Amino acid sequence: MALAETIKTKANNALGVNPQDAKISKSYFTVTFLALLIGGTLGLVQGLNRAGLFELPSWLNYYQVLTAHGLLLILVFTAFFTIGYFYAGLSHTLGGLIPKVRKMVWIGFWMKIFGFVLAVIPILMNEASVMYTFYPPMAASPLFYFGLVFIVLGVWMAAFGAFVQVANWRKNHKGQHLPILSFFATGVFVLLFFSSIPVAIEVFMIIPWVLGWMETINVMLSRTLFWAFGHTLVNIWYLTAISVWYVIVPKVIGGRRFSDTLTRVVVILLVILNIPGGFHHQIIDPGISETIKYMHVFMSLAVGFPSLMTAYAMFSVFERTGRAKGAKGLFGFFKKLPWGDVRFLAPFIAMVAFIPAGAGGIVQTTNQLDQVVHNSLWIVGHFHLTLGMTVALTFFGVSYWLIPRISGRILTKKMNKMGVITTILWTIGMSFMAIAMHLVGLLGSPRRTSYTTYGDNATALGWDPYLIFLAIGGTFLIVAVIMQVYSAFHLMFRAPKGEEEFPIAEEEEDASKTPFWTERWSRTILIMLIVVAMAYVIPIVDFIGDPGSPPWKTW
Amino acid sequence: MHKHEKIWLILSTAMIVGFFLFAGYQTFALQMGPPSHQETIDPQKVDETEPFDNPGVFQTGENEYEVVMTLQIFSFTPSEIEIPAGSEVTFTMTSKDVTHGFQIAGTNVNAMVMPGYVQKITQTFNEPGEYLILCNEYCGSGHQLMATTITVK
Repeated sequence: MALAETIKTKANNALGVNPQDAKISKSYFTVTFLALLIGGTLGLVQGLNRAGLFELPSWLNYYQVLTAHGLLLILVFTAFFTIGYFYAGLSHTLGGLIPKVRKMVWIGFWMKIFGFVLAVIPILMNEASVMYTFYPPMAASPLFYFGLVFIVLGVWMAAFGAFVQVANWRKNHKGQHLPILSFFATGVFVLLFFSSIPVAIEVFMIIPWVLGWMETINVMLSRTLFWAFGHTLVNIWYLTAISVWYVIVPKVIGGRRFSDTLTRVVVILLVILNIPGGFHHQIIDPGISETIKYMHVFMSLAVGFPSLMTAYAMFSVFERTGRAKGAKGLFGFFKKLPWGDVRFLAPFIAMVAFIPAGAGGIVQTTNQLDQVVHNSLWIVGHFHLTLGMTVALTFFGVSYWLIPRISGRILTKKMNKMGVITTILWTIGMSFMAIAMHLVGLLGSPRRTSYTTYGDNATALGWDPYLIFLAIGGTFLIVAVIMQVYSAFHLMFRAPKGEEEFPIAEEEEDASKTPFWTERWSRTILIMLIVVAMAYVIPIVDFIGDPGSPPWKTW
Repeated sequence: MHKHEKIWLILSTAMIVGFFLFAGYQTFALQMGPPSHQETIDPQKVDETEPFDNPGVFQTGENEYEVVMTLQIFSFTPSEIEIPAGSEVTFTMTSKDVTHGFQIAGTNVNAMVMPGYVQKITQTFNEPGEYLILCNEYCGSGHQLMATTITVK
């Protein structure tokens, strides 16, 4: 068996990338970077408007632009990247996708595309300017919700495909640990599946209501179901990003992975703790007692713990690698890191951004502090640090090796340099924007609001100097977006032919053996469900029977 | 486990527990909990339901006021409120249509106001001046116009 395995692995390596599997990831990445281009352009439009520099034409509504920007970047860009990346990882580490799985992920691809087309039509017609959160009782065109159904089904197909692939591998490799990148993929798809159940329930509450079959909808119930999904989703993109930090980055800098046990424990903790984390979006909602909200402070803060473990692990890897290369002194190892390599630089800045981003997250989840910043631009600043920096830059960093790898091409020195410049421009732009948003949010400037002075109110006029930075940041960012999209397609279709490495770091030679309980997903999922029940049963039971609302179109 | 790793994990745990305990102390000992009023109302009958059938500013004690307020696209009723400096004001609010936010810039007053629910939040205004009240939850095409003021004299 072991010999057969070795031969198979060697054969896989010799064969390189399976072209059928590569086509899947390339298709997903094509959508990823088109979404980035359109979503990024819409972001600039908003930045310019919010700074008071640009008045939107009468046929284009700010909130329509914002809905599209949010959906394209928080859902399309991220979901397509995550699926493309993890399917490349499953194919690479589990010896190629099995034909059934390929079929499933393709069906999922087209379901998602179909769903997005359905959802985008009413957005373009200004029939669905309801934002990424689509809170009832705002009611969009039914087409919008039908689109969401297909998107969720498409995501489930990709998740089920991954489960089939992993189950098949485990059946043929009894007693072995799932390779670490596939372990991350399993965690991500488990979370994607379970967190999209509440939003699926919400959408199935909304559809009969927008079609007029039900007169009213339970507003708090639908809002709670949304946030069980809405926040988990962004944490799933974060979990995808840290898979790169733990598995890929150590190899890129010529080091080894941090403890395999700790890595797997971090994944398991993030799977268990994540879904209740969404509740902190409802800290200042009516209808929920202070006691329940307080319990949720603990649940949300707990998510911070694995992140703090990650912070330690990353810098430990940097230090060890630097010292192995002969670094001296307390911080000498910093000089030994490959700063000119975009595959390292982009995810490194992503990690650094997560220090203030994570600290901000801890602040926002603490009841009284949340009340200070809730629904202000501070929150927008926060998720531009987490998603716009931590997640996006990590994804960009991956694109520079994974896209050429699956396209049978190489990352040239010139393209690497382009990547470094893109990373720097992106960092400058996002920093201007995120810092200004945090500050002006503290002063009270609200999120999701087009440019306004509230009738030349002195307080609101005082925010203007900060808002200018949204336009400055947005301008840097659009340049970076164009460069990044160009690079992605250049590496897919134009770069010189060759074989780019799939960098997966090895464990330390003296690493201790990972306990096998980490492979028991059934138990991890069971604990997750218990935690979710602890978090949600009481408030949801409380909401049932509350007076409902009829649909409204207020835009 | 490395010694430094242990120190880091202990510090991390201490920080998280510290935030948790501090939030609990503020919520339960100092009564600074977030607005969490639990009372429902039929959102289609707000105008006929007490106290929202008569929105306005009411004196409830020495230096104590209650503002009974409805939020609707894209306004606050009553608007342009005036109260004397040093008063403790309780806002009792509900929405007549979609979800709104109630925020007073320059203070910690910040609450979600949703159809079907009554929300309450209390604030003492010591500093005279004009405060900006705004809706901070997207509520439709005129959301950016939904604001009023409270003048403290």
